[in-house]
Order: sequence, then structure tokens, then C-alpha cells
Amino acid sequence: MNHLSSETFDDNAKSALADVQLRGALRNATSLFGKRRLAAAAGLQNWEELRSRARSIKDDVLLHLDQHLEQFVANAESRGAHFHWARDATEANQIICKLIADRGGKKIVKSKSMTTEETHLNVALEAAGMEVVETDLGEYIIQLAEETPSHIIVPAIHKTKRQISELFTSELGIPPTDDVDKLTATARATLRDRFAEADVGISGVNFGIADSGTILIVENEGNIRLTTSLPRTHIAVMGIEKILPRFADVDVFLKLLPRSGTGQSLTTYQSFITGVKQSETAEGPDELHVVMLDNGRSRMLAHPVTRQSLACIRCGACLNACPVYQQIGGHAYGSVYPGPIGAVITPQLVGLEKTAQLPYASSLCGACREVCPVKIDIPRLLLHLRNEITEANGQKRSAERMAFRLWATVMSRTWLYKLGARVGGVFQSLLVRDGKIGRINKFGWLAPPLLAWTSGRDLRPIEQKTFRDKWHSELKQRD
Amino acid sequence: MLVSLFVTCLVDQLWSSVGVSTVEVLRRAGCEVQFDERQTCCSQPAFNTGYRNEARQVARRFIEVFESSEAQAIVTPSGSCAAMAHHLPELFDGDERWEIRARSVADKTYELSSFLVRVLKCENLGASWSGRVTWHDACHGLRDLNIKTEPRRLISKVKGAEFVEMDNADSCCGFGGTFSVKYPEISLAILDQKIEAIERAKVDAVISSDASCLMQIGGRLSRKGSSVKVMHIAELLASQS
Repeated sequence: MNHLSSETFDDNAKSALADVQLRGALRNATSLFGKRRLAAAAGLQNWEELRSRARSIKDDVLLHLDQHLEQFVANAESRGAHFHWARDATEANQIICKLIADRGGKKIVKSKSMTTEETHLNVALEAAGMEVVETDLGEYIIQLAEETPSHIIVPAIHKTKRQISELFTSELGIPPTDDVDKLTATARATLRDRFAEADVGISGVNFGIADSGTILIVENEGNIRLTTSLPRTHIAVMGIEKILPRFADVDVFLKLLPRSGTGQSLTTYQSFITGVKQSETAEGPDELHVVMLDNGRSRMLAHPVTRQSLACIRCGACLNACPVYQQIGGHAYGSVYPGPIGAVITPQLVGLEKTAQLPYASSLCGACREVCPVKIDIPRLLLHLRNEITEANGQKRSAERMAFRLWATVMSRTWLYKLGARVGGVFQSLLVRDGKIGRINKFGWLAPPLLAWTSGRDLRPIEQKTFRDKWHSELKQRD
Repeated sequence: MLVSLFVTCLVDQLWSSVGVSTVEVLRRAGCEVQFDERQTCCSQPAFNTGYRNEARQVARRFIEVFESSEAQAIVTPSGSCAAMAHHLPELFDGDERWEIRARSVADKTYELSSFLVRVLKCENLGASWSGRVTWHDACHGLRDLNIKTEPRRLISKVKGAEFVEMDNADSCCGFGGTFSVKYPEISLAILDQKIEAIERAKVDAVISSDASCLMQIGGRLSRKGSSVKVMHIAELLASQS
């Protein structure tokens, strides 16, 4: 499977739009999650208050991240956790591979974690000769299909039941079935053995609670509980921003996250992990290693405008609500994090050069901001990044820049603006038929935007008599 | 009340009847309307595409034109352009003098339907139009300016008009300014969902408050040979047929 690049977003999107199965799957899933989210939010009286509260907690975390991190680490260490700090993805993967190799480990079970997707951990583990199995059902499907997740919380959202059945038939040797319970049972049976034999369990982290040193991970399948409790060693990978100051803050986020993500009032499992077992007879791993990942986060933190992108709790609600995501799905973005929040985070994580199309992949409709449980102003961040992109291009002569220079010159002088309408009116006479401009065959190269518009839409022509003409001749009241 | 009309560049050049109707409606609501002929554009296309220097150049012009008016309100038949006026202080972030000037203009800029209902408390404009209509919530009016009930209340007072709510009235039509020509295929895919909802509603006309959305929706309806009309809310409210 070729993984798509953000650089070819336009082509990726066109291929996605041509994929009928994909669009059907997306339409069903995003509208279902959207409806469930609305219903779940409506079930709480104080939804808006919770959102504001969550955001103010996150703002405090981000403003005093150093202090919260110190407290979190000190408390977790006092309960036997070990901490490792990774500047970037490569460093994080090296730390993890070494931890496993030092313990003579080879077999690894992994629970769903966007942070390890971000570092491409599985590729590094396999290169180091280790066997890694994804244990979240969606991630397991993706791993079998040798694909990447196309949604932050529903990795296989792009797959239909039938495609999954075909995959299980070819990879796991079961007879074809459209019975979801049978498919799930097959995955469960296969995965149980992997859990039992695993040397190391690797998980992500939803929240790191500073005042108790606790890691909180939420899930529905129970695989995280197994990943973090069966193997002798548990490695948790966590972005440095995922801190909550107080245990009491958990309440707010446990109300918001499941409702925003899947429309559940609570996920089936909440695993609170505070260090390692405190006595020989207790259950759980002997060792807990927490890998703290920066990978561009401190750079995001330093900027007053983009800082708020670190408040994201990875619920995926903005993906489901986004009209663009609804049409093209996650793979087209060519990035680990897709959708509106992906278009904000990815360019900041990997740089603008290769991701310059992503901030433009939005109609700026604001549906993402409306559903975001931590009130991230995603359209504002997209606009900020668009400006960064045009400024990073400096004085590079692009047709677009020239067009906007000309536009600004015209729009800041009334006489030129009026002249522009007249000139446009004369030129368009070549194109207007029956009072409208239809699909353009000739002259399209003169104005690519006109060609793009009229590919699927008719265009209203410039009028012979503009409003200001009418104002002058008919509307203006003369004393 | 003395109001200054910001007609918008799109309406001025492509859809003058919306401007004429806006004047008619405002006058019927008891306003004295002035139109400063120096006006051009609110700067939104450049701002939204990331060209802030170019946007500031046009925005300064916009501010100069409208701050000089003694009118109590600046009214525009566009939620999107009104929302842009409210973004102007942000565009001049760090330039205190212009930021203050931008704010003084932003503070008195209103989209037409919200101005009628919230400021003038005027819902019945004596309009009549016979047919079945639905409303498309233009995104910036809805989510930047919180305009949702106002246009529906105005439409409900139009004699002869039967209002029906379409599915996902508040979802985007796929226009998005330069987005519509940068990614025409995605824009059209989003638009076709809107068109399907309009067709299911079996209406004679789709009403909205933004000429841009209406050009997007109308352009597709026209290409498909549909008989459904697109109408700006000013046109509906001015209508006395």
C-alpha cells in the first residue's frame, strides 16, 4: 500500500471523490457520529459551561506546562514510573526499541495511540526485528490491510463491513461472513494469544494527571486494560501537552471526550494507572516507562496564536463535522492527523513546505469550532497558517500573488474598481450565453479560476448596470 | 435611523437587484439610507487566502470610507462581509491606531436580517411572495454572528410564503471563497449534498443572506436545469407580488 503524501493533496482528494465505497462509508459514519454527539451533548445541561471550563484548564496547563510536568513526573516517579524525554519521533522510537531490546523482548502488543502513529513506531519496531500487534479492532484491521488510520478515533472508518470480511478471509483464513459479531470474535480469539505471549505492552495516554502522577487511558474494547496489565513491562507514549493539573479535572474531560468522540456518555473502560504495583503480590506490570514526546510541540507552545492547537484532546469531532472530511476522508490529507485539526497540527509538526495545501483544504465554515469540546478556533488557526504560507513564500512570483496584488490595487481605488467592472463586462461578452456563463471551453487558460468555477456551476455575469449605476439614476433621494 | 449601506462588491457588480431590494427594505423599515460611492470591498478574499498585506491595503480603504459616515449603523446584505468587518481589528493586530479605527467600524456593522430584527425590532416588512421556500444558513452569518432565528422570523411574516426547513440547513454549501476554485471537485461534492437537500424539500426557492452562497447553489441548480430559484432575503422581503 502506498501511503499518500500531503504534497499531492489535490490528487489524493480527487481519487477519494471517485471512490464510491469510501464515500458511502464516510457518509454513514460521519453522520451517525455527528448525530450521536449532538444527542449526547444535549443530555448534559451545562455543555457550554463544560467546554469553557475545559478550555480554561487547558490554557492553564499550556501557560505553566513546565511546572505541571515537573509535578506529574515527580508524583509518578514516587510510585515507581520511569520517564524518558524524546525531542522528536526518531528519538522516541530509539528509546522504545532500546527499552525492549535491553529486556530481551521481542513480542509486543500495542493499543491504539495516535502519538505512536505520529512517530511511526511500528516501522521502527519491525526494523529492529520485533513483532508488534495492534490490539484495537480498528487498528488491527488497518495493520492487516497494511494501511494507515483515516480517522483519529475510528481508524478504519473508511472500510465497509464487506471489505473487512474479505480482509479477514484472506489474512486470517475464515470463511466469508457479514456477521459483525463473528468478525469481532475472530479478531478477539487471535488477539488473546498475542496478549498472553507478549513481552511488552505499548499504549498511548489520554491524560497525565499532575497532582497524582496518574495516567488515564480511555477505551471501549478492553484491549488497553490488557495491554497495560498483562505484559511485564508497560511503555506509555505521551505528548508533553497531555497534562491535567488536578485529579478533580478528570470529571470535566471524561464528560466531554466520550460524548464528543463517539457520542457515549462514558467509555466502557477508564484505566487509571499510577506507577507500578506497590507490592510483590499485587497484579500488574513490574515496570512502567513513560516516553514524553516533544516533536514540535514546544515550538507550537511558544507561539501565542498557535498555542491553542495543543489543547486538542483528540476526540475526532471536528473530522465528523467537517464538510471536506465528510467527502474525502482521512487518507487524502497524507498526514497522521487528518481533518480540520490535522490541517492545523500537521504543518506545525512537519513544516509548511510539504503541507502547504492542508490549511487551504477548508471552506472555513466553522463547523469544527462549533463542535470542538475545548473550543479551539480552528478557522482562525487555518487563516493564520495561510498567512504564514504566503509570507514564507516571500516575494516568490506566483500567479496567485500577482492576482492579489492587482486585486488590492484595484479594490483600493474606486475609479479602478469601476473601470474593472466595465473592462470585465466587455471581455465576458465572449462567454455569456442566455444571461449566464456556462462551461468554458475556450479562453479558460486566461483565467484558471473561471475554468474551475464553470466546470460544474454556471456563473452570473457582471451586469450592464451595476448597483452604483442604479443608485445614481434611480435610488438616490434628491432634495 | 440613518444607515450607511455597504452593498458589497459582489452585489454591486453581479447582483444589483439585491442592493436595490436592500435599500427598499431598509426604507420601508423607516431608515434613511446613504450609499458612499467610494466603497469597494471588505478585503475578505485576500484575508481568507492568506494575503494579509493585500487585505490590509483594501481594509484601510474600507475603514476610511465607513468611519467618515455619520450614520448610526453600517448595514450589508451579507453575513460573510459583516463577519469580515468584525475580523478587521484582528487583521490590524499590533497596529494600535488602525486596530482602534477598525473596531469603531466593526462595532456598528450589521448583516441585514439581524439588523432588522435585533436593532430595529422590525419583523413584518409587508412583503408578499407566493411559493414554498427554504432557508440556507450561510456559515459566517450563522457561526461568526450567531444569526439563526432572525431570517426565519422574517420569512415567517412574508404573506403567501410557505416555509419549510430543509435537512442540514446549517451545513456548508461548499463555496468558501477561493476554496471553490482551488478545490472545485471537493467544493462541488459538498455542494451536491446541499442540492440534494434542496430537492428533497421540494421548494420553489432557496433563500439565504449571502450572494456568494447563492451563486454557488444557484450556479449548480442552473447547470442542472433545475426550476428552483435562488433568492436573497432582501429580494424576498422587498417583494410585494
